Amino acid sequence: MDIFLQQIINGLTTGSVYAIVALGYTMVYGVIQLINFAHGDVVMVGAMVAFTVIMGVVGMGLPLPPFMIVLAGVLAAIPACMAVGFLLERAAYRPLRHAPRLAPLITAIGMSIILQQVALLIWGRDPRAFPQIMDNPSFAIGGAAISAVQIAIILLSVALMAGLTWFVYRTKFGIAMRATAENVNIAGLMGIDANRVIAGTFIIAAALGAVAGVMYGTYYGIAHYTMGFILGLKAFSAAVLGGIGNLAGAMLGGLLLGLVEALGAGYIGEFTDLCRWPVVSAMLAERCAADGHVVLFGSNYQDVFAFAVLILVLVFRPSGLLGERVSERA
Amino acid sequence: MSSSVAVLLEACNVGKSFGGVQALKDVSLTIRANEIYGLIGPNGAGKTTFFNVLTGLYPRDGGEVLFDGRALDLANPYRVAEAGIARTFQNIRLFGSMTALENVMVGRHVRTRAGVFGAILRTPGQRAEEAAVKRRAQELLHYVGIPHRAEALARHLSYGDQRRLEIARALATEPKLLALDEPAAGMNATETAGLRQLIEGLRADGLTVLLIEHDVKLVMGLCDRVAVLDYGEKIAEDVPAVVQKDPKVIEAYLGGSIGG
Repeated sequence: MDIFLQQIINGLTTGSVYAIVALGYTMVYGVIQLINFAHGDVVMVGAMVAFTVIMGVVGMGLPLPPFMIVLAGVLAAIPACMAVGFLLERAAYRPLRHAPRLAPLITAIGMSIILQQVALLIWGRDPRAFPQIMDNPSFAIGGAAISAVQIAIILLSVALMAGLTWFVYRTKFGIAMRATAENVNIAGLMGIDANRVIAGTFIIAAALGAVAGVMYGTYYGIAHYTMGFILGLKAFSAAVLGGIGNLAGAMLGGLLLGLVEALGAGYIGEFTDLCRWPVVSAMLAERCAADGHVVLFGSNYQDVFAFAVLILVLVFRPSGLLGERVSERA
Repeated sequence: MSSSVAVLLEACNVGKSFGGVQALKDVSLTIRANEIYGLIGPNGAGKTTFFNVLTGLYPRDGGEVLFDGRALDLANPYRVAEAGIARTFQNIRLFGSMTALENVMVGRHVRTRAGVFGAILRTPGQRAEEAAVKRRAQELLHYVGIPHRAEALARHLSYGDQRRLEIARALATEPKLLALDEPAAGMNATETAGLRQLIEGLRADGLTVLLIEHDVKLVMGLCDRVAVLDYGEKIAEDVPAVVQKDPKVIEAYLGGSIGG
């Protein structure tokens, strides 16, 4: 098997999901300069709601094709997440619109905890397995395999990214969003009601998050009330990597982060296998002869890569790959 | 003056202070429909502050503004735009990373509905509206004389074109009153002449214009009436010929005679 190609495929899959979640962070940041740390948990709510609906439909035993069942889950998750996103903005962030920036930021962390705890009350503490309602055939390409679910996730993500780009650049509401992002006061003078634009931005971000939640849950076959935390942090890292506030940056950052993580996880075992390195393997000759490998770090260290990337970006290019210099925004 | 002339805007005792500095002291002025009204005064007299209060960018400390017979809601800039006041800025404030056309399209917002769901669902009404918005924006670019720059990013336009674009964007909101904050600043003589033509054309098309300007010649030649602010107080308000001879005004401008 071609590990490199396989990890590229896996990385593109998770990277697509990161990109969709990162768009949610970056859109909200673009409009009100808030890191909505609860966004990852909105994604979790999407996965949980979809899971519940899918289980319900499966339980009814209707002769529906699996695709329709998943679609029912997605269609339930989207409005649920939109409602959560709307409520977050209306109840938690809007009253703090003119407060010092630290206040809404800490509120966002609080909202994240609240969403997790509410999810814990509703869905319980145990991880929920996504029901295996369909086969997931794999296709061989060049020594690697790509599954139907992976293809679906990548295609759907590309469609969502294209759709959002079109929305932001070609529709009236999108133009209002960009105008508000550039200067909320001047946009107001043009008759743009900032409250509506900001609420709309949260709703769109949440809808994207809902789809991302279903994709993530389907891919890993599991949903859990804490899943939004790490996923959210990684997507946030992706948004920062691309340049927070920049839509193309979030897409690029998400894909890159997915690739870095997948390749890192694929190769870290090999690179930290002490028996590969002559100097060390001489010292460990006995064990190497016996086991063949003495691996320091396994693929369970994959989360490290996302955050290593975050740290490197913050140190060497805080504005991100595609980000503008901060001074231009002021 | 005859009382039959319709009043468009009436500011009553508008006040604004920043910390201990009283930037506007009970400023009252009356702008009649379809006139070109000049607001002049030395630097720091409070002209731009008056604009900012009038358009809801600064919260006012006191006073009322009646516009078109109704009290103006100054708490929300978009309400001011809705009521029919549009403005430009002394230091140009365009949406720099958007195209010229898009900048003008933003200005159409106040006269159209902007629903996030309509935009997603692509209702026929929404599409027709967006097409109309684009068409109108193109017309306005034509009107101010920069149709060929429609697809250029606003920040890439020349200085004079940026000023024109700001006016087009303001016009897109279909204002009754257009407030121009030093539109001739930094313009050469040719550009100023073009600007003057543009303003006169706007008035001919039925608009009322409120003009802050340092170019005294332009103000005196163009305006029907002029108010003079000094240290946040209105010290004169009359036709240019009278204001020019007002001793208080001459003193405010450091003894120099104004007008040319």
